[in-house]
Amino acid sequence: MVKAEAVHKSFGRLEVLRGIDLEVYPKEVMCIIGPSGSGKSTFLRCINHLEKIDAGRLSVDGELVGYRERGNQLYELPDREICRKRSEIGMVFQRFNLFPHMTALENIAEAPIQVKKMSRSTAEAQARSLLERVGLADKVKAYPNQLSGGQQQRVAIARALAMEPKLMLFDEPTSALDPELVGEVLDVMRALANDLGMTMVVVTHEMGFAREVGDSLVFMDGGVVVEAGKPREVLANPQHERTRQFLSKVL
Amino acid sequence: MPVGPPLPGSPAGLRPEAIKAIPVRHPWRWVSTVVVVAIVAEVIYIFVTAPGMSWGAVQQYLFGRLILQGIVVTLELTVLAMVIGVVLGVVMAVMRLSPNPVVSWVSWFYIWFFRGTPVLVQIFFWYNLASILPHIALSIPGGHVLFHASTNDLISPFTAAILGLGLNEAAYMAEIVRAGLISVEHGQTEAAQALGMTRLLVMRRIVLPQAMRVIVPPTGNETISMLKTSSLAFVATVPELFTRQEQISNANFDVIELAIVASIWYLAMTSILTVGQYYVERYFARGTQRELPLTPLQRFRRMLFTFHAPPPQAGPVPSLPSQHP
Ligand SMILES: Nc1ncnc2c1ncn2[C@@H]1O[C@H](COP(=O)(O)OP(=O)(O)OP(=O)(O)O)[C@@H](O)[C@H]1O
Ligand SMILES: [Mg+2]
Repeated sequence: MVKAEAVHKSFGRLEVLRGIDLEVYPKEVMCIIGPSGSGKSTFLRCINHLEKIDAGRLSVDGELVGYRERGNQLYELPDREICRKRSEIGMVFQRFNLFPHMTALENIAEAPIQVKKMSRSTAEAQARSLLERVGLADKVKAYPNQLSGGQQQRVAIARALAMEPKLMLFDEPTSALDPELVGEVLDVMRALANDLGMTMVVVTHEMGFAREVGDSLVFMDGGVVVEAGKPREVLANPQHERTRQFLSKVL
Repeated sequence: MPVGPPLPGSPAGLRPEAIKAIPVRHPWRWVSTVVVVAIVAEVIYIFVTAPGMSWGAVQQYLFGRLILQGIVVTLELTVLAMVIGVVLGVVMAVMRLSPNPVVSWVSWFYIWFFRGTPVLVQIFFWYNLASILPHIALSIPGGHVLFHASTNDLISPFTAAILGLGLNEAAYMAEIVRAGLISVEHGQTEAAQALGMTRLLVMRRIVLPQAMRVIVPPTGNETISMLKTSSLAFVATVPELFTRQEQISNANFDVIELAIVASIWYLAMTSILTVGQYYVERYFARGTQRELPLTPLQRFRRMLFTFHAPPPQAGPVPSLPSQHP
């Protein structure tokens, strides 16, 4: 579903990604862990072209991100195409980023109406059932600032699901939450993986979630993939010194 | 403060006696009140009893036909100039933030030019354009004329004033709107982009509505300012309120009386705008505060009914009807 080959990305003179190689298979849940500043968020943002990569190849569902390849030549995609591809990838942010001027329902129905040109009534019906799925059927009319952090993040997940994405990216979805609210968000994500068979790439510090729900675990440091494998194996028996050091700090 | 269950440690059901203390006295408040009242009374007295002052004339002109017609023209000028200013200002602000350098530069130049020259000069320019360009024509390169008209027919005095006021206002509004747009957190744009929204859609549905909270107060200010600046249409002989005041007082020398009449009307109109602004701000504040601020009327009512009663306890959060701007 996602294939990265030697992906490089720099901000000015700072090289943040220094050759990322990995592959995410359909229906796989991949968890990415690593110290702060290792480039995890940057890599996620490259997958839906919020950042442009400088070198290497990155493709989603067999199509290059941001480019079209004809012969040996790459052509940049026009904005419209980039938007269409982004609409097929859901993203959930650490800070929720709900639209504060819209109710929960409007947050979820907005993109289907405006981007997919769905009728308002269909989109709202769909939004209601999504809110029900994430356990917030009674919060239809609530504005984001009337919701707790955990509730906001669940609305944000529903908002991403409303576009019926084939891939979901999560960037530390529980890091901004109070400890007692983490569980409710992880439960929704677990249900996504188990019931819908959603392909997911999850940057997280929740090792319990990674072990239990993840199909693979990737440890990133300094802009490269240091170690990857089955979550249980990596967590129980890390092969690299840096992985061992990191795990000893977070576990 | 709501009285909760007794804290552990304090005997159940026993509440300490309410505090009885002698309030601090503020003698200077009383002194300053007396001084202010005395000065105001004196000023009013001087005007009312001024020997050359004819209050009858003020009363007579206040609802005079010419004055009322002038007010209508002033309002037309204000509304049209602000509409041009806001619409063009939004366009210029969006252009200014465009990744396309040519587009951004055009906007920069527009703002530089129209903000850098006096609005009086701009009105004068449009008003006198016919003296150098008697005809305006639009033709395609092949030589076929699409459109042709005399400049004087095309730009009436009223149009000249609208162009001068509106184009100038757009330059100021562009900066106000730009400040609003950059006040919206970048995460909002990212979340919207991640949903597949195009740049224009993100701007229209996500960023602009949130920027309104920052844009509306200075825009209200600009509108009030425009109401008065529109009196510059005087140089293009547009018969608005100030022009009328001038014309009448030139004929009968009731200069101060007419100035008072005009001031009363300008004050009345700006007061109405101030109230309007309050409600517009309230609308765009939805979603930013848990409870909307009370309207003055609601506050007044609450003051009457809760006078001396304990302050109201936080009730359930009122949910707003869903609205689309
Ligand atoms: N837009 C940007 N411009 C310049 N530097 C950036 C930008 N975005 C990220 N960086 C830098 O890139 C590096 C990697 O950032 P990134 O956010 O990918 O790290 P991360 O692994 O997600 O860390 P964290 O766990 O703290 O979220 C950091 O040093 C950061 O300062
Ligand atoms: Mg990060």
